[in-house]
Amino acid sequence: MTSLTINGKEYKVNASEGIPLLWVIREQCGLTGTKFGCGIAQCGACTVHLDGQPVRSCVTPAVSAEGKNITTIEGIAPDKNTLHVVQQAWIEEQTPQCGYCQSGQIMSAVALLNENPSPSDEEIDAAMSGNICRCGMYGRIKSAIKRASATLQSSSAL
Amino acid sequence: MKKWTRRAFIGAGVLAGGTLVIGIAIRPGNRSSKVAGLIASEGETVMNVWLKIAPDNTVTAIIPHAEMGQGVHTALAMMLADEMDADWSKVKFQEAPADKEYANFTLLKGFVAGNATFPKFMEGTIDGVFLTAVKSLNFQITGGSASVRFTGQQAMRIAGAAAKSMLMQAAADTWKVPMEELTAKNSIINHPSSQRSSTFAELAPAAVKVNIPTQPKLKSPEEFTLMGTSQPRFDIPAKVTGEAKFGMDVQVPGMKYATIKAAPVFGSKVKSVNTTVSSGQQGVKKILNLGDAVAVIADGFWQAKITLDALPIEFETTENSGLNQEEIMDRYRKAMDIDLAEGNLDTHFKDGDAITALEQAAILVEAEYQLPFLAHATMEPMNCTAWVHDGKCELWCGSQNPLGVRAAAAELLEIDIDQVTVHNQLLGGGFGRRSETDVMKQAILIAKEVDYPVKLIWSREEDTQHDVYREATISRMKAGLDQSGLPIAYAHQFIFKHHPPEAADIPYSIPNQLIQYSSPGSHVPWGNWRSVDHSTHGFLTESFIDEIAHAAKQDPFAYRKSLTKDNSRFQRVLDLVYEKSNWGTPLPANWGRGIAIAQSFGSIVAEVAEVEVGIDGKVKVHRVVCAVDPGFAIHPNGFIAQMESGIIYGLAAAMTGEITIENGAVAQGNFHNYPVTRMNEAPKIETHIINSGNPPGGGGEPSTPVIAPAVTNAIFDATGIRIRQFPISKNDLRASIRPTT
Repeated sequence: MTSLTINGKEYKVNASEGIPLLWVIREQCGLTGTKFGCGIAQCGACTVHLDGQPVRSCVTPAVSAEGKNITTIEGIAPDKNTLHVVQQAWIEEQTPQCGYCQSGQIMSAVALLNENPSPSDEEIDAAMSGNICRCGMYGRIKSAIKRASATLQSSSAL
Repeated sequence: MKKWTRRAFIGAGVLAGGTLVIGIAIRPGNRSSKVAGLIASEGETVMNVWLKIAPDNTVTAIIPHAEMGQGVHTALAMMLADEMDADWSKVKFQEAPADKEYANFTLLKGFVAGNATFPKFMEGTIDGVFLTAVKSLNFQITGGSASVRFTGQQAMRIAGAAAKSMLMQAAADTWKVPMEELTAKNSIINHPSSQRSSTFAELAPAAVKVNIPTQPKLKSPEEFTLMGTSQPRFDIPAKVTGEAKFGMDVQVPGMKYATIKAAPVFGSKVKSVNTTVSSGQQGVKKILNLGDAVAVIADGFWQAKITLDALPIEFETTENSGLNQEEIMDRYRKAMDIDLAEGNLDTHFKDGDAITALEQAAILVEAEYQLPFLAHATMEPMNCTAWVHDGKCELWCGSQNPLGVRAAAAELLEIDIDQVTVHNQLLGGGFGRRSETDVMKQAILIAKEVDYPVKLIWSREEDTQHDVYREATISRMKAGLDQSGLPIAYAHQFIFKHHPPEAADIPYSIPNQLIQYSSPGSHVPWGNWRSVDHSTHGFLTESFIDEIAHAAKQDPFAYRKSLTKDNSRFQRVLDLVYEKSNWGTPLPANWGRGIAIAQSFGSIVAEVAEVEVGIDGKVKVHRVVCAVDPGFAIHPNGFIAQMESGIIYGLAAAMTGEITIENGAVAQGNFHNYPVTRMNEAPKIETHIINSGNPPGGGGEPSTPVIAPAVTNAIFDATGIRIRQFPISKNDLRASIRPTT
């Protein structure tokens, strides 16, 4: 048994045979917000944070996450009744269509804004181009990131 | 004979219905115990099959369509609530059960009837005829960009209006006042002169006993309060928290996981596989030989996958096992030659004498186009959870056709359809792929072998290699122009005709047309791919008309305009895209603009693409301006999102989309070799809507056919190179680049 810390909670999991973190999170921990899209780190749907850094959980061995803080889409909101600034911006821009890629998009966006609270268009492109959206909502994703960035600026100015 | 205009269409449905109203759109709810059992809980009043009212005055719209991001649950609920004058803050939706009661009567009727003309004597029976047909087909499809324009217009609006009328009648009877003195607003019926009012919920028990109105009055657009506004979509909040449940996310107690490898060559079978589970295979429950595929069941997907990957499987060799893409295209060409030589072409459209006119033309334009197979690559790989037990079958999946899934399951298991339950989930992309039942049937065959539920998950590779594909095609096009550059003849020989039937029609007034096709066939399975035949013909028609315009030495915008003079909707859309795209204004060196326009699924879309061709020959699409006349956009923001989505989907296909066959099997497997558009490659898209007042058109597909020709026409503008073979990335554009010093 391996012990993983996901969204601040301890999980005892079976992490044998090089099983990627994605499948442990989804099937053993029951956190299905993190999605399977490609299995080879091409689409970004499985993006989670390891100690705040975005990783593709479909190619990250679960054992390598032991002792680290794993954050999934279920764990980014500050509390049960408040959404993360990025999630709020996503709703305001009416960003998702099918929504399947959006957990990964949001996790990439949160990581970007943590590093760089006011990214340029080019910096957004660079940080987000590993996340595929087959519904093609790239324009809305970009607008939502800018909206979240503006919110962060105004709240930090207070 | 009379033309079925928008008003007449609704009116005829209601009047003749009779049949429409009583037979379908507002069949009584509580009086049909079957329907009540399907959708209602304790205390709720089912006004008709499309809506129910709860004691807390909540109105629930029953939506017979799947949500795949197009916002259908929100848009259709808005149409119903608007006609009903329901309080939007208290309107909810419920996806209709996969049941014959919700078969797509209106959708099929819309497709077949459309704007067609019916003999007068048929009008009275037409609805009954269609209902029987639809029910027998088990047709509950979300597709064809049809939900708003057919279900919304012909079921939701009428149901809402009828329910309001019944509630008002109940109030009039109770208060003993004339119905004309009553008003409805925010789910309350008011009698202003006596200052009496009652909620919908208070009146519902009496209203449901009122005779169903045969002619509920529908609102005119000036009276709309919800239609034409962009209400926040119901499905979005759960999609930003990870709570939204897709087929992939279903968890059933006791469930195991399976994955599968089908014979790589379509139509081949498993020759040999050892299905014994060895003691070293941890967590593996079963290895199954399904005849044309091998599946592994395990405690988790990963164990199933690594076991399957390591399993030696031998497949039968078939006549297609050595077949390559080049040979398929050669076969198509030969079939076209033979059909032409032997006079075996099927005729799509003929007007005048195109052959003679081509001989007499002052200028002859000829081109051969070649398009590849395309996969859907939905974001969510195919999956289905199945549980076969006690003579019953339960399925959890995201389907564009849940009733079709039920029927397929019943047939496969040889059980009654009533023993099959489909729990439809959100769809992680559909694009036509999720109208198939292949994955569900596999899941059933696997689950049938065990006594617990099994979630079958396809790898991305399986998803890419066992899709149903858009056809690879070849088209031969000819046009004859007179001295002034006006076209006098048009001939098009294409291959494969699926649907919609009008896709190969051209919108341009050209005398002497001959449009014909062959159907050579291949072993590669075909499927509906976003906009279906419009996706090929939109490109072919709009690229070739651009070639014709250039041969005539005329501006491609002006040429299109002059050839659509009689079509006022085309004229307006063209003018709008011209204005918004700054057509004709200068661009930097190696940049170009291209225009294209097409009507599909009832909407007219024009797009202007602005592209740059770099010194490495790479194409960057910077900007796309989209002008669209959908008649009336029910949910403008959602409609714009659909335009954006269709453009990016079509752009990905045009730029890099190509499925090739090697040794009878699909050569591509994942996003590294079937690349799709990413954020850094996505253009800025500006969409402009014209609410022309015409019958409402679809949103999900009509922007897709136009993007490929807009881009290739722009590449021609930038480089002088005409792209006739897709994907664009396969064409070498480096030689055309002018130094920009």
